[in-house]
Amino acid sequence: MAHIVIDENRCKSCYICLNTCPKGLIKKSQKTSKLGDYLVEFVDPKKECVGCALCAARCPDMAIVEVHK
Amino acid sequence: MQVFKIPESIKKGARFTFCPGCDHGIIVRILAELIDELELKEKTICATSIGCSVFLYDFLNIDCIESPHGRAMAEATGVKRARPDKFVFTYQGDGDFASIGLAESMHGALRGEKVTGICINNTTYGMTGGQMGPTTLLGQKTTTSPMGRFTGTYGYPIKVAEQIALCDGTAFSARVAVDSIAHINQAKKVLKKAFEIQLKGLGYTFVEFLATCPTNWKMTPEEAHDRVKNEMIPEYPLGIFKDITAEDK
Amino acid sequence: MDNKVLVKGNFAIAQAALNAGLECYFGYPITPQTEIGEYLSSEMYKRGLGYVCAESELAAINMVLGAASTGAKAMTSSSSCAVSLMQEALSYACSDEVPVVLVNVMRAGPGLGYIYPAQGDYNQAVKGGGNGDYKLIVLAPSTVQECIDYTYKAFYLAHKYRNPTMILADGLLGQMMEPAVFGEYPYPEIDNSSWALTGAKGRDGRAIFSVATAEDKQNQHIYDLFAKFKTIEENETEWEEINTEDADILLVAFGSMTRNIKAAMTELRKQGLKAGMLRPITLSPFPSKRIHELAQKVHNVVVVEMNMGQMVNDVKLAVNGQAKVDLVHRPVGQWLSVEEITAAVNNILEKNYASV
Repeated sequence: MAHIVIDENRCKSCYICLNTCPKGLIKKSQKTSKLGDYLVEFVDPKKECVGCALCAARCPDMAIVEVHK
Repeated sequence: MQVFKIPESIKKGARFTFCPGCDHGIIVRILAELIDELELKEKTICATSIGCSVFLYDFLNIDCIESPHGRAMAEATGVKRARPDKFVFTYQGDGDFASIGLAESMHGALRGEKVTGICINNTTYGMTGGQMGPTTLLGQKTTTSPMGRFTGTYGYPIKVAEQIALCDGTAFSARVAVDSIAHINQAKKVLKKAFEIQLKGLGYTFVEFLATCPTNWKMTPEEAHDRVKNEMIPEYPLGIFKDITAEDK
Repeated sequence: MDNKVLVKGNFAIAQAALNAGLECYFGYPITPQTEIGEYLSSEMYKRGLGYVCAESELAAINMVLGAASTGAKAMTSSSSCAVSLMQEALSYACSDEVPVVLVNVMRAGPGLGYIYPAQGDYNQAVKGGGNGDYKLIVLAPSTVQECIDYTYKAFYLAHKYRNPTMILADGLLGQMMEPAVFGEYPYPEIDNSSWALTGAKGRDGRAIFSVATAEDKQNQHIYDLFAKFKTIEENETEWEEINTEDADILLVAFGSMTRNIKAAMTELRKQGLKAGMLRPITLSPFPSKRIHELAQKVHNVVVVEMNMGQMVNDVKLAVNGQAKVDLVHRPVGQWLSVEEITAAVNNILEKNYASV
């Protein structure tokens, strides 16, 4: 099943992925990083993710560590 | 099916120390993906430089030598002349490549050293906090051009990829950006081309990456990408300025 | 190889480097050492080895740094004002522990100076002209034969200790012809497989770097470097001494000035003065211990050098008040003659005794 895995240790809350996912499946999380910035989370209740990996391609910190199709 | 994973040639558990949203991360990842795809890890020696690019060896699981500021091309020359069978590239910022290291960069190109130069152009000195660099655009405000860069005092920005293309020893010179998916894909293809030309031993290959510096531009990462699109690309057009393999056809 | 040949100092250094297994030479012309680069340009090409007419001395020394980081025997040569341009890379090479070999055929300074021979770069070579705490190994030949011998040794020491090594010659030696024997490179090859950059085949990537973002790491690195310098000092300090057993007067000089103090010593002995001589061969590490020992036995130490008095400070530190130390010198140009040295020594002695 298509999904992504986010490494919260690598995420620096730049939010490029929020604008990138064509389905808007990546959202600001309520969880914060060590620096106090809101992290991001993958929310896909309707199973809309197709594993296009655009988010991973644009993530400057390789925080989206896995994409499955 | 897994369609994306961390490249093998990224060090296990490595976390980039670049600022949030900095394009360096994308470029290093592309680089790592190509090292994997072309199976170069075991024959690569990289000359890193001074500035934000200095910690490359913390991220890539390849052999690296740190060069004094501006001297990456000289180190790369030394490595390649000593070990011509190795794959050698430099990874430098615009200040390192085109200001303090311009003589080394140009002469490396003129000698046709069979190495690849990678220059990350973010129009500023990032590591030291956003001073005016050789590629700072006219009108751009930096900490050392607080009124904006105007030609009377500051002169003109250098168009690196075009200049390198003018050198007769250059086999390939191109400028790419990583502000969008399309540009990222294109950038990877272009860098791959450059690497392949080095592997064929045809001459000096060079790729300039337009990159963001959200911290020193005082912008969000996406605003910074908009600046690349709206301000940088019109001044620094993307494209391949020289490709001797294309002329062969 | 074993035949005696008449050869110029610069050619001797170049040919010795080839015999030592030189794999790469990078250089930029400057008088009085240009023959080294000229000779090697054709010899390296014939052998299919790396040679680049570098765009500057900055580039040349950094090319050596790059080549030597792969474990290759690499060298550059230059002279005084241009060696100044190389100091940054030498500091890096020392911190990076890369076996750079550099030949400095000294000319006059400061600034552009001129092509007269001089010994004004002693401090730059020995104290380190670059930033931070570091030491080079510095070898000072005094004859063309020694240019050969110590070029061999420079490659050996640089690779054995992974420390940049300088051959500190001067214009006199570079331009002089003398009979000499090349022989074979007498040292064993050093295994560099544990650190050299060769591509990460069957192992993780290696990095050669000097930046340390953690204070404790940087501190430890410098302590480690200086522990290495201590080992070098214990194992490799080299000097030549003659007639020191009964000497009252100890003449000290380095490099080609040694030739004249040897003659001056003989002359002083003829005059009935018990003169001996010592010349440091390794200027770094400096034979301080031996000089201190001799200082207990002699009354006067006379340092003769072609500068305003540079090595004399190291001699004074070594003597540490155990004998009177005087300086006989001229900044640049015509080497102090035997007559000038003997006259100066007599003068010094008269003054000393007068004041007793």
